[in-house]
Amino acid sequence: MRTAPGALPTGISPGPRTSTGRLGWLVLPALLIFTTFAVVPLIGVFVLSFTSWDGIGAIHFAGLGSWKAVLTDPGLPHALWTTFLIIVLSWLAQTPLAILLGVFIAGGQKYRALLAVLFFLPLLLSAAAVSIAYKALLDPNFGLGPGLGLGFLTQDWLGRGTLAVGVVIFIIAWQWIPFHSLIFQGATRQIPVSMYEAAQLDGAGRVRQFFSITLPQLKNALITSSTLVIVGSLTSFDLIFVLTGGGPNDATRVLALDMYLTGFRANQMGLASAIAVILVVVGLILAQLLQRLGGKERNSQLEGA
Amino acid sequence: MDHNRASRRTFLTLAAATPLVATALASCGDSGPGQAGGDEATDWILTGQPAEGVRSGTVQKWNETHDDQRITTSSFQNDAYKAKIKTAIGAGQAPTIIFGWGGGTLRDYAQSGHVDDLTAWFAQNPGVKNRLLDAAFAAGTVEGKIYAIPTETVQPLVLFYNKKLFKQVDVEPPTTWDELMALVPKFNAAGIAPFSLGGQSRWTSMMWLELLFDRIGGPELFESIYDGTPNWTDPAAIDALTKVQDLIKAGGFVKGFASITADSNADQALLYSGKAAMMLHGPWTYGSMKSDGGDFVSGGNLGYVNFPAVAGGKGDPANSFGNPAQYLSVSSTASQAQKDIALAFFKDGLNTDEEAHEWVATGAIPVVKGVDATFAGLEDEQWLKFTYDLVTNAPSFGQSWDQALSPTEAETLLDTIEKLFGLAITPQQFAETMNGAIGS
Repeated sequence: MRTAPGALPTGISPGPRTSTGRLGWLVLPALLIFTTFAVVPLIGVFVLSFTSWDGIGAIHFAGLGSWKAVLTDPGLPHALWTTFLIIVLSWLAQTPLAILLGVFIAGGQKYRALLAVLFFLPLLLSAAAVSIAYKALLDPNFGLGPGLGLGFLTQDWLGRGTLAVGVVIFIIAWQWIPFHSLIFQGATRQIPVSMYEAAQLDGAGRVRQFFSITLPQLKNALITSSTLVIVGSLTSFDLIFVLTGGGPNDATRVLALDMYLTGFRANQMGLASAIAVILVVVGLILAQLLQRLGGKERNSQLEGA
Repeated sequence: MDHNRASRRTFLTLAAATPLVATALASCGDSGPGQAGGDEATDWILTGQPAEGVRSGTVQKWNETHDDQRITTSSFQNDAYKAKIKTAIGAGQAPTIIFGWGGGTLRDYAQSGHVDDLTAWFAQNPGVKNRLLDAAFAAGTVEGKIYAIPTETVQPLVLFYNKKLFKQVDVEPPTTWDELMALVPKFNAAGIAPFSLGGQSRWTSMMWLELLFDRIGGPELFESIYDGTPNWTDPAAIDALTKVQDLIKAGGFVKGFASITADSNADQALLYSGKAAMMLHGPWTYGSMKSDGGDFVSGGNLGYVNFPAVAGGKGDPANSFGNPAQYLSVSSTASQAQKDIALAFFKDGLNTDEEAHEWVATGAIPVVKGVDATFAGLEDEQWLKFTYDLVTNAPSFGQSWDQALSPTEAETLLDTIEKLFGLAITPQQFAETMNGAIGS
């Protein structure tokens, strides 16, 4: 008689006796993919950062030349500052609104489900399409403002540094708030109803309930969402590339865009690789910081669960 | 032993027959991507009508009559092509026929040995060289050797204006820089922007500097910079840079020009919709204004003149700037059979009278000599005659800076031009940055 365990391929033993040691080889495919597509290119970029290469000719070893050029270029602090600005302002613009929206649509009413669908729409569009559409709407001569005769909408939106940064942050928020709302909606629905019932018995109002129960319970979701906002902003490229191309006067030239323009438009692969390495380092530092922030208590937030 | 030898003979026979079979297969099938045999030449062409139709039509006609020398095409958008061709060449995956704009990029390709030297071929085929405009060869030549055949059209920059608005304000198109500056307050007072400009595209702003440098310093000024002399700080250059900023400060360009792009044709729309009176642009805008501008072109409202003279300037006011031609090179990594097809195509399939007529029909001037004889009676006769005369009468025809310079230098130039037009830097700072970029 065939037993169920006997039907399993040899090498995988079912049941509690399974040890991680014996299953270690299962990580091989993942490790292989990670090595091929992440570690090897990373090493390649690191090596390239010590060369000078125009992308088509021969590669010459240039020592620390590229690094010196990048680190002394006044463009680098500016690109770092712009990137940092977009990270912080994006977080400020997206997170509070996403929490409120997420908690709101977590309710069971039918109209909230309908609104949730509408809120979700921007996420379905590609960043390039969104940028092109906004560019047309914000056009100072043919856009929404002059079209409707609204003076306050008729600005040189993408032609002035501060306005352009604002527009970029607005559009990023417009597109990504739905996604983060979804995370908070899911997290809110995980909070046991009993906690609210207990709070109600204690006489807590809606606002009190929100700050004393909902918000603390959303901590892990908040860290997840914030990580995505920060990493997303750090590598934001497509939207800015199509919308402003880094302009006006480098006002929106973030690090990722700077890397692309240096490498593929100015044909300086060595410099671009050095910028890429800086981008990796900044990303690692930010990811570590976030890990620290959220890593103190890894256990479930739900008491007894 | 016998068995072994037999099998080896069979193998050799098969190997010898394979190219024949491949050619036979390739010639009976369509030119679908799956059927492209190893002996077919490849050619990447740019999209965008009406030019795309002429480009693909020329190759199609060639294939119809040359079953044994087929060329397969793939089409790409302009900016996508520029990025892709560089990567492809660097990776040794370039198409047989490499399309480009000559100048600095071609120089890079030639110096790294990615394209073939065609000098000897042109010497063997003098007919090919003689039927093309002489001025078009300079940008396809690197260190005295011809690396590319000029093709497609000559594109001189033109100062377009809206005749209706000029009548409304009761003024004449400018023939000197002072007249141009005097027009600015008049149009502004009438609530019309004097000049349209797609400043976010940056090369649009560059056109102003090209012509001012030429008018004030003469063509020698930029030529010396191109040859590596740090002449951006030359008094004539500083004068030109200052004049541009004076025009910006006087409100010469449409409000919000820094956020207008040329690829969306918004700058042309400003001219034909009557929001701006003038526009300095390439002749390719004629076709799109004709198709998008309603009756603007057909109603005779589009005017055009050469860029005005600058009093006391060294340059001849008849000089022109722009793209002398587009260029085709032969990839050095292509097989001999592919190279033969490409050269046969250059000789008999490209720049034919038939193709020239098709370019003329789109309102453009092909690089083929004597084409003006075909203008009579055409709908765009006046315009064609104007641009043809502009090109042929120009004592000097300069190549667009961003094409002439190396890609690295060109990128610095465009970045710095954006800052100059944004009044973020002074002419002196512009000149110093550009001098520092020479040779990069």
